[in-house]
Amino acid sequence: MTAQSMVIRGVRPYGADPVDIIVRAGVIAEIVKAGTGSGRVVEADDLIALPGFVDLHTHLREPGREDAETIDTGSRAAALGGFTAVFAMANTSPVADTAGVVEQVWHLGQATGLVDVYPVGAVTVGLGGEQLAELGAMATSPAQVRVFSDDGKCVHDAAIMRRALEYVKAFDGVIAQHAQEPRLTVDAQMNEGLLSGQLGLTGWPGVAEESIVARDVLLAEHVDSRLHVCHVSTAGSVEVIRWAKSRGIKVTAEVTPHHLLLTEDLVATYDPVYKVNPPLRTSADIAALRAALADGTIDAIATDHAPHPHEDKDCEWAAAAFGMLGLQTAFSIAMLTMVNSGLLDWHTLADRLSVLPARIGQANGHGQDLVVGAPANIAVVDPSASWVVEPATFASKSRNSPYAGMTLPGRVVHVFKAGKASVLGGDLTC
Amino acid sequence: MRHLLSAGDLDLAEACLILDTAAQLASVTDRSVKKLPTLRGRTVVNLFFEDSTRTRISFEIAAKRLSADVINFAAKGSSVSKGESLKDTALTLEAMGADAVVIRHSASGAPHRLATAGWIQGSVVNAGDGTHEHPTQALLDAFTLRHHLRAGTGDLAGLRVAIVGDILHSRVARSNVLLLGTLGAQVTVIAPPTLLPFGVNDWPCAVSYDLDDVLPHVDAVMMLRVQSERMQAAYFPSVNEYSRRFGLDVRRLNLLPPTAIVLHPGPMNRGMEISADVADSTRAVMVEQVANGVSIRMAVLYLLLGGMTDEDRRDQL
Amino acid sequence: MDSGLTGSVVLDAGDIGRAIRRIAHEIVERNKGAAGLILLGIPTRGVSLADRIASAIEQIDGDGVAVGALDITLYRDDLRLRPARPLESTAIPTGGIDDKVVVLVDDVLFSGRTVRAALDALSDIGRPRGVQLAALIDRGHRQLPIRADFVGKNIPTALAEQVRVRLREIDDIDEVTIEGGAG
Repeated sequence: MTAQSMVIRGVRPYGADPVDIIVRAGVIAEIVKAGTGSGRVVEADDLIALPGFVDLHTHLREPGREDAETIDTGSRAAALGGFTAVFAMANTSPVADTAGVVEQVWHLGQATGLVDVYPVGAVTVGLGGEQLAELGAMATSPAQVRVFSDDGKCVHDAAIMRRALEYVKAFDGVIAQHAQEPRLTVDAQMNEGLLSGQLGLTGWPGVAEESIVARDVLLAEHVDSRLHVCHVSTAGSVEVIRWAKSRGIKVTAEVTPHHLLLTEDLVATYDPVYKVNPPLRTSADIAALRAALADGTIDAIATDHAPHPHEDKDCEWAAAAFGMLGLQTAFSIAMLTMVNSGLLDWHTLADRLSVLPARIGQANGHGQDLVVGAPANIAVVDPSASWVVEPATFASKSRNSPYAGMTLPGRVVHVFKAGKASVLGGDLTC
Repeated sequence: MRHLLSAGDLDLAEACLILDTAAQLASVTDRSVKKLPTLRGRTVVNLFFEDSTRTRISFEIAAKRLSADVINFAAKGSSVSKGESLKDTALTLEAMGADAVVIRHSASGAPHRLATAGWIQGSVVNAGDGTHEHPTQALLDAFTLRHHLRAGTGDLAGLRVAIVGDILHSRVARSNVLLLGTLGAQVTVIAPPTLLPFGVNDWPCAVSYDLDDVLPHVDAVMMLRVQSERMQAAYFPSVNEYSRRFGLDVRRLNLLPPTAIVLHPGPMNRGMEISADVADSTRAVMVEQVANGVSIRMAVLYLLLGGMTDEDRRDQL
Repeated sequence: MDSGLTGSVVLDAGDIGRAIRRIAHEIVERNKGAAGLILLGIPTRGVSLADRIASAIEQIDGDGVAVGALDITLYRDDLRLRPARPLESTAIPTGGIDDKVVVLVDDVLFSGRTVRAALDALSDIGRPRGVQLAALIDRGHRQLPIRADFVGKNIPTALAEQVRVRLREIDDIDEVTIEGGAG
């Protein structure tokens, strides 16, 4: 049986000159002069090919909150967003703190098949922050967990954090820390600043993040282990990470699309669609985060896609859940904030959206350069398109997008995962 | 005026209109028939998610003096645990035909949400939300200041007012800083640094940590209630220390200029932020503040509901 | 306020002064003196008229007469037709209105609804022995069973016309005009 060839016709890899990319047997089989490839043709004139995106930080809510999202709906949203791999955070119900839960998530992801779903294992039992979860069992399970995080909660106990960093060295794991000093953020609702004082909302000071980041990079240095900082949100954290990297500390970091674009000013509407953790910060923080993403201090864009059912947002601010959708808007926000501003080109954007997150999470087969022989995980995007965000049309089960009604640049057109089209012409193939 | 959500939403003309209207309405209190037919057929709902008998009764009397139908809806304890309850309650009130909803809520911004989320059509009056604002309290304070120190008319240009206490958690302080500023008064907030909000130096007021320093230079001092649970949360070391440094006793009362008055939004912690003899002194105007509260709330309800409302406009179409 | 531009002057300052003096005489005559009388002007121009009538009465009778103001805004039956109106001042002379004869003073008597509101307002303030009504102009078109006891001038009008009373104290000129008719 000879494998069928698929020709991505006239596509521009990383924005370079048009070529035909020929995909066969799950890999990029050939790259030839535009218009010369033969096989089943997928038109991609003037479109740009990038390695399929990898999201280090997604909440798929299954098991436990299937009313907000499932692995199936989250995978669909991810594929439509140009992703070929996502890391599913552990704060499900039950918590992904045993081999059993991560295996279930892994199998459900494989069954859907639109993206590779890599379960993130909890660092501590029940995200309780007190007792290490069975990290080794999760690592050696079929899910082969390498990223561990209590995301949603901070591993705040310095001794537990140190042990976790040490323990995962045995299987080259990484601790992805949700950096939030809990005592400085009791009942915190929004960025602490002039506005929080005026709105009467309890502040979430940047120092609550920065102090944990500082502690953790020092711990990572001390035990010579790998630390990943989730959703960096302040200029101060950027400075600490830059310093740590300059010392050779094994730290990586991610930033969310919303922290690259939205400021705390939106909170003045008291509309909980803008309620997120860490909170929206200031324009000065945004400038620092963009610069850090551009210079490599921050390695990756990660969505922190956090679906919530309508009722958890259609209420007063304090009662609302934290979190925003991100998967289906991530590319457009990244293009808007980083490419259109000239801070990144398509190649370096691909590093932030694909290559580096795949490397951090050890998502083998993802984040490979678009070269012959590489696994055919490809996102084909239209940089000249623009679209109006209508959450009601999202594949996600939830609607809590802060971008509703906004016109965004750039559109994901085709997506190939392991050589198979998951999205064609902006629509899912199944 | 469609809603009253924040004292900061009022410009000088609107603030003066409310004060002037309240001044006219105050005379109703002295009449044998303490009732006006003005809001006949209007329904005012007092939606209180937090206990506050004083504020609720003040709004209730105000609405009743204007002949509105008043429904008291105590929804205490059902808000934060169940996210949808504010919305569901709002939809219920809307179905009942509430023309105005007076809301007290522990969540900052809940009145704003009620007014803008599209759940209800009627006017929303903020009767205190979380640690955000309490605009009718600021209006009655301004009314009281104007009565005592400005002969009951005009703005408060040049008036010097000290606000003392837990500024961080005080909705009364926030609304007063905004409103008194709009009216031209010079406000100084005084508290230990732990009880001042982050960014207070950018507020439209002066900031001091030293009460004795400020008192000789003000025309009025407003003492805020300090809750003892703040002590448990280590905002200050002890009740005694707080009281010594920031409490108003007779010695400090005597530092004030002879015409200066003492306000307190109540309920008072006698012996904590204010000593009993100061609370009972002739300089203290707390009882007037309560009476003025009714006039102010009548004025607000009249200005919101006493003319053509959006609903009336729709009925005519 | 485009005085006289579109309207014709029906009373000038002299006419208004004579009308006020005549009303004053009639009030004194009807009530056999000024004792126990209270003049309550209905804001805005009724208050100025009440003041002028009071001084005229004082010249006739020698005794002063109590004057005040009665704002009827809160008693209007047409509140919902316009945005909330600012309140005018109400000033009841010391001693109140109980057992006094109250003369309500307004500039123009038209539908009678203002007077209805004033009667309601009075009844909430006290119980006068009697209430009388003085109006500078009666333009007809009553919608309620109300009549004036003292009228400066009857001016038959079309419903669409507007009668404008301007007084020195407020408008810097004494005159009554009829305006419009169209629209």
